[in-house]
Amino acid sequence: MADGSQSVTFLALILPFLAAAIAPALTRVFKHNAAWVLALAPLFLVVHFFGYLGDVADGRTVTGGYSWIPSLGVDFAWFIDGLSLTFALLISGIGTLIVLYAGGYLKGHEQQGRFFSFILMFMGAMQGLVLSDSFMMLFVFWELTSITSFLLIGFDHAREASRRAAIQALVVTGLGGLSLLAGLLVIWAATGQGTLSGLLATGDALRAAPFYLLALVLVLGGAFTKSAQFPFHFWLPNAMEAPTPVSAYLHSATMVKAGVYLLMRLNPVLGETVWWETILPVFGGTTLIVGTLLAIRQTDLKLMLAYTTVASLGLLVMLTGFGSEIAIEAAVLYLVAHSMFKGALFMVAGLIDHEAGTRDVRRLGGLRSAMPITFAAALLAALSMGGLPPFFGFLAKEEIYAALNFSGGWNGVFTVVAIVGNALMLVIGFAVALKPFLGAAVETPKHAHEGPVLLWLGPLTLAVVGLVAAVFSGVSHHYVSEPMAAAVAGAPVEIYISVVPHASLALLLSLVTIALGIAIYLLLDRARDAMAGVLAAIGWGPDRGFDQVIRGLIRLADAVTGVIQNGRLEVYMVVTFVMIAIAVWTPMLVFDELPSMPSVPDLTFYEWTVFAIAIIGLGAVVYAADRLTAIVSLGIQGFAVALLFLLLGAPDLSFTQFMVETLSVVILALVMTRLRLHPSDHRPTPEKLLDMTIAGACGLGFALLLLKVTQIPFDATLSEFFSTYSYVIAHGRNIVNVIIVDFRGLDTLGEIAVVMITGLAILALIRIRVPRTSKQPEAAS
Amino acid sequence: MNLVYAFAIAAQMGCGVYLLLSRHGMRILIGIVLLSTATNLLIFVAGGLRFTAPPVIEPGLQVLAAETANALPQALILTAIVIGFALVSFAAALMLKTYRSVGSVLTSDHVDAEALGSPFDREAPRNA
Repeated sequence: MADGSQSVTFLALILPFLAAAIAPALTRVFKHNAAWVLALAPLFLVVHFFGYLGDVADGRTVTGGYSWIPSLGVDFAWFIDGLSLTFALLISGIGTLIVLYAGGYLKGHEQQGRFFSFILMFMGAMQGLVLSDSFMMLFVFWELTSITSFLLIGFDHAREASRRAAIQALVVTGLGGLSLLAGLLVIWAATGQGTLSGLLATGDALRAAPFYLLALVLVLGGAFTKSAQFPFHFWLPNAMEAPTPVSAYLHSATMVKAGVYLLMRLNPVLGETVWWETILPVFGGTTLIVGTLLAIRQTDLKLMLAYTTVASLGLLVMLTGFGSEIAIEAAVLYLVAHSMFKGALFMVAGLIDHEAGTRDVRRLGGLRSAMPITFAAALLAALSMGGLPPFFGFLAKEEIYAALNFSGGWNGVFTVVAIVGNALMLVIGFAVALKPFLGAAVETPKHAHEGPVLLWLGPLTLAVVGLVAAVFSGVSHHYVSEPMAAAVAGAPVEIYISVVPHASLALLLSLVTIALGIAIYLLLDRARDAMAGVLAAIGWGPDRGFDQVIRGLIRLADAVTGVIQNGRLEVYMVVTFVMIAIAVWTPMLVFDELPSMPSVPDLTFYEWTVFAIAIIGLGAVVYAADRLTAIVSLGIQGFAVALLFLLLGAPDLSFTQFMVETLSVVILALVMTRLRLHPSDHRPTPEKLLDMTIAGACGLGFALLLLKVTQIPFDATLSEFFSTYSYVIAHGRNIVNVIIVDFRGLDTLGEIAVVMITGLAILALIRIRVPRTSKQPEAAS
Repeated sequence: MNLVYAFAIAAQMGCGVYLLLSRHGMRILIGIVLLSTATNLLIFVAGGLRFTAPPVIEPGLQVLAAETANALPQALILTAIVIGFALVSFAAALMLKTYRSVGSVLTSDHVDAEALGSPFDREAPRNA
């Protein structure tokens, strides 16, 4: 790639973040009309990525990037093929419409600028996610989408439901993100590839690797949480607490598809195994059925749509899992179709809410004359969702049924699953698009009329694009669907499906689906009541389970803290020293690094004397009957150490030790005279023995460690440096002093500061007056 | 020669730990002194004990003569001794103050903060 194009793509990657930075200021000046300006950022991305369509359709990929953390082999690099390009276009295209829609939806909202900022940040993160080449970059953007999603769900942070939903989404997708990170690291270790482009070139290496299953499960942990697969689906409906532009953008069109993106991206290297072709269809199929059944139960337009989103994600995962070429084509077509019709329907739901004041489907009706444009958009989107010709959803569904013919052993089961799921989705689509508009006019909380252009532009555009892309399916297949399917399949593919119905088994299944859907639609109220009854009978769900887990976690943390941080000094001490003893002993024992026994040395008379003084002093310290004796003995053994320093060529140390030891004894004796103390040791004998054992283990451990240290070759580099340069550079002959005041002068400054601060602290401690509590001293001080 | 030093340090360190583990403020103070002295000695011995001439460059020479003691651990220990002294002084003041306000140097009597209970106990009704 030419350098110019490289920097434009880099600009495209950071442009949403730049727009996010100026959004609040811009909104302060232009109010809601700032949307028109801010929408230019994603529009620029659309135009930029359109430029790649030709190249990518010809089977080329676009790569580029900059060095980021060379020491870890991590680059800031992007990789654009059919899959990432389609996602990028969806993100920027729908993003443009969403920014405009948010301008109308949150018109007059105090925090509209903040909202723009968050949603543009999300756009940047999502864009980065699908364009990333390096694993680390992918992971960073992946987590960034979770964080921006948290901010957007909790946008209305004054309400507790919002805060709960935001935290829930963050916990579920955040944990999934960690799982993904672990998975990517396993893949990295197994194949030696840290980039997607590199990994895709490895062929069967990953499937043959011994850690294949571990990598698969970890990656699925990330993908299934992000794409709300059962049983992790519960966070997505709760995320409907967010303002509707967020639901339309993050929680139907883009972010929740990140998991599907990941599966599609890794299909060429992780797929086509028994595990892949079992786990994905089973979880996907379950999610499809659970999602649609739960959607039937809802009366809130947004919740109905949210559960069908869960179902659709299940369908996508199921299709990706089949792994056949035609299933991949179906998944690709359905993903594109879903992004458009679901985004449009969410925006319609928000429009109805905005204009009529309610989203309860039972309290809406007859809006067709009041909101004709909205009705048109809703109808077009719903027909696509229902899979009727000549809409894009029709292409997707025909392809899905064609794919089921090739899915092998469990063919029948998955066919039934797909028919029921699609029929129920058609029901929900019509319920959202038709119920509020048809029938007799119902009194709504607000007097409904058509919304402003900012609000209907988005849904109408998406719905119309869904129609146009289907009618001109040759063009859309060539530039979008085929390159994307080729990237997923890992080989070139051709898609033939068009809006002209042709007699086949797929068409027959379509007709069954539509008939079933219309039948259920007519019985919707009864079906809803039945579902409500079933759910009430079950009573427990993952949503409540989440709360129980969080509560349990807090209790566990409390209990663990109570044990570890129990406020008893002796427990802390025992734990600390036991750990130290273990840390010292374990390496020596495990790695068999015990020192060899040195010969008993030949010491001079005066050295023995000094040792004797030290040991006698020590014994006296520990066993002294009264405190004064102990303190004086402490001084004796301290002086013995000072003598040792003197004998071993460290006069400076010796002098300091004498001074400090004297002062310590004086201070301790001063403190002593102010306290009347209990007789020496009050511990019961078993405790004494335990403490002795710990102390012995520590002491002996360090003795052995020291012996080992002295037995390995001594690295004198630093010592020689100081010996050589002390006089030449620092003009001092006493090397110890030169090190202290010159080479490590800053260190000494810190030391002086410590001593000074300690002095001030002591002064403050002595001066401060603390009210006496429990026991009074037996003698006045 | 290292053997004797190693076991002298072991004895000193063991006594220090033993005193730190006692539940008696005054003994803990002495334990701190012993442990810091032992640690200093440990660093000193680990730095090598081959020569015992002080590391001072003779007049007329530019670099240190061979067969002198290692200067680096000495410099480190010099800092450590002073910091250790500051620590002991502060601990002594703290112990004195504790004795004056609580009336005991036994750690088992220092339970004023624990008597206030766990912060979770007060949040419990909200979570329930």
